[in-house]
Amino acid sequence: MMRHVISLLIENEAGALSRVTGLFSARAYNIESLTVAPTEDPSMSRITIVSIGSDDIIEQITKQLNKLIEVIKVVDISEAAHIERELMLVKVRATGKDREEMKRMSDIFRGRIIDVTETTYVIELTGNTAKLDSFIEAIDRTLILETVRTGVCGIGRGDRILKV
Amino acid sequence: MVLTGAEIVIRCLQEEKVEYIFGYPGGSVLFIYDELFKQDKVRHVLVRHEQGAVHAADGYARSTEKVGVALVTSGPGVTNAVTGIATAYMDSIPMVIISGQVPTAYIGQDAFQEVDTVGITRPCVKHNFLVKDVRDLAATIKKAFYLAKSGRPGPVLVDIPKDISATKCEYAYPKSIAMRSYNPVIKGHQGQIKKAVQLLLEAKRPMIYTGGGVILSDAADKLIKLVRQLGFPVTNTLMGLGGYPATDKQFVGMLGMHGTYEANMAMQHCDVLLAVGARFDDRVIGNPEHFAEVPRKIIHIDIDPSSISKRVKVDVPIVGDLPEVLDDISRLLAASGDHPDEKAVKAWWKQIDAWRGKDCLKYDRKSKLIKPQFVVEKLYEVTKGEAFVCSDVGQHQMWAAQYYKFDKPRRWMNSGGLGTMGFGLPAAMGVQLAHPGSPVACVTGEGSIQMCIQELSTCKQYRLPVKIVLLNNGFLGMVRQWQEFFHGNRYAESYVDALPDFVRLAESYGHVGMRIEKPGDVEGALKEAFKRKDDLVFLDFAVDPTENVYPMVQGGKGLTEMILSEEL
Repeated sequence: MMRHVISLLIENEAGALSRVTGLFSARAYNIESLTVAPTEDPSMSRITIVSIGSDDIIEQITKQLNKLIEVIKVVDISEAAHIERELMLVKVRATGKDREEMKRMSDIFRGRIIDVTETTYVIELTGNTAKLDSFIEAIDRTLILETVRTGVCGIGRGDRILKV
Repeated sequence: MVLTGAEIVIRCLQEEKVEYIFGYPGGSVLFIYDELFKQDKVRHVLVRHEQGAVHAADGYARSTEKVGVALVTSGPGVTNAVTGIATAYMDSIPMVIISGQVPTAYIGQDAFQEVDTVGITRPCVKHNFLVKDVRDLAATIKKAFYLAKSGRPGPVLVDIPKDISATKCEYAYPKSIAMRSYNPVIKGHQGQIKKAVQLLLEAKRPMIYTGGGVILSDAADKLIKLVRQLGFPVTNTLMGLGGYPATDKQFVGMLGMHGTYEANMAMQHCDVLLAVGARFDDRVIGNPEHFAEVPRKIIHIDIDPSSISKRVKVDVPIVGDLPEVLDDISRLLAASGDHPDEKAVKAWWKQIDAWRGKDCLKYDRKSKLIKPQFVVEKLYEVTKGEAFVCSDVGQHQMWAAQYYKFDKPRRWMNSGGLGTMGFGLPAAMGVQLAHPGSPVACVTGEGSIQMCIQELSTCKQYRLPVKIVLLNNGFLGMVRQWQEFFHGNRYAESYVDALPDFVRLAESYGHVGMRIEKPGDVEGALKEAFKRKDDLVFLDFAVDPTENVYPMVQGGKGLTEMILSEEL
């Protein structure tokens, strides 16, 4: 069982996303995360799905995705060199000595504080999944008020291009 | 030319040369029905339940090379149609279903007869559309027909809100459709085809296994040519019957859960397997781990890449349209000048003939009770193998598949994938309309026939002289058989008590009914029925209630772990 990052281009039409998610639930495939947004060509959306499965299952997932009429192209970008990024916003309690400590941790992880009140910070952090996980591990958990993550988006390195 | 949405729908159907549309009217499709009323090119067949409409369109499509078309209203019209749509989807039948929807402005407001049609049908269609702008309507219908019949065929649904069917716009039917996201592969990969030919030439114990794809792609001629060229044994799946002539000596019978002993043994023990338009499903190969115990090289030709290496790992995958690929293999074989290993193949045939010697379809011919197998054999004889045979689902379906020898494609219509009881009679209506004057039989059980019995009324209205061959054993036979084998003879709810008098039931619909209770009367009754060319004849055969279907591979068991008849 391996973690795979599947990228696909799909017609930007109503209901297209539900065909993708419906396929995963109907065939009992796993979704760790899913991100979607239009591309530079607004008639197309790009979806990044992180899934865990054996090679056979991942092969079936890519074939089944390709079979959906509105899907234009599918590629498992984790088969070769690629970059993954995820964005996280964390709201933390920032009072007393914790206020300075939070600022320091945010700097170490190259985060940015984008909202400040007398008692809270909102820290913006980007990186791969492991980096965001380790930030959560590194700070005092009791100070976390809420977190929100976008899920992974990814792109192939160098000449590996997903385009029509 | 400026037309309303409803007029556009009818124009599009005429452009697609649709002969028949099977449907049932309702509020959301009234504008469309009004336009149907004003013309006579597209003939509407009024069914008695929307499930019947979709099965009838399905039977029409299976028995022809055309797309079946159904028309249903919103809400319950659609939900009733879902079973039919899922049936067609599982068997890859090209169909277009047009459904009415509540007016655009009402969508999402829980309006009267509103359901999320696109949502409900999404997992059981090849594709579906909700038309939100009348200017998209003609192109959408064109796309629907194109998608339904190209690539791996399947049902496509077009949902049309009522206001769209009343709105006017400029109409022009597109001549062709190009979709950047949909381009089925037709031509097989030549390198893979070369590898396949090499494997076939090296085979010591070859086997050819073909499925519904051969029927759907009209590849039977090319298949026959290749099989004869190779001299290898060939088996068909339940969906593939008729793809290769059943009376030919190279045919070893159907394989699978109720396949012949020789077909299953040969499938398991072959060293090179050529799979053609089949998908290695659970009812065909049994337990995949058991199947994998014998090492063999597998060549798999299919138009759908996702069917390849799904349940069984394949050595030479070939994606493409079967007639093209089979033709390429034939030509390459002929051009190579090489021949299969004659000595090895001869020894393999000797082995297969030994398996054949088991005579696994033997049954008690001296019984005082009518044996269901006997009825199907007589049906075959009386119709000289020329009938279009539709079946429902259960024991009778398996007996029809085992004992009616289909020599031609598109003569055998059954719900193989979804296993939908109630399929047979409405499907037979579609077949009879497509082939007026030809003998059409519906082999059924007393459980299945009651699931769409209301269509007897449709048969009366359109004078469809279907012959209903009811193998009445008073049990939900296949359920009873499983309970006998696997649930300690506890016949939980498998006994259908309080059956109607089918003769009088048929008569009340204005048809002819016959009850047959003795083996000696079977042939005469069938002859009499088929002589009545203009009448629907309902033949109620009282068959042996204890008879089981053999051979049988229990679910989860290996293909060769067959339960054989006690007659052997």
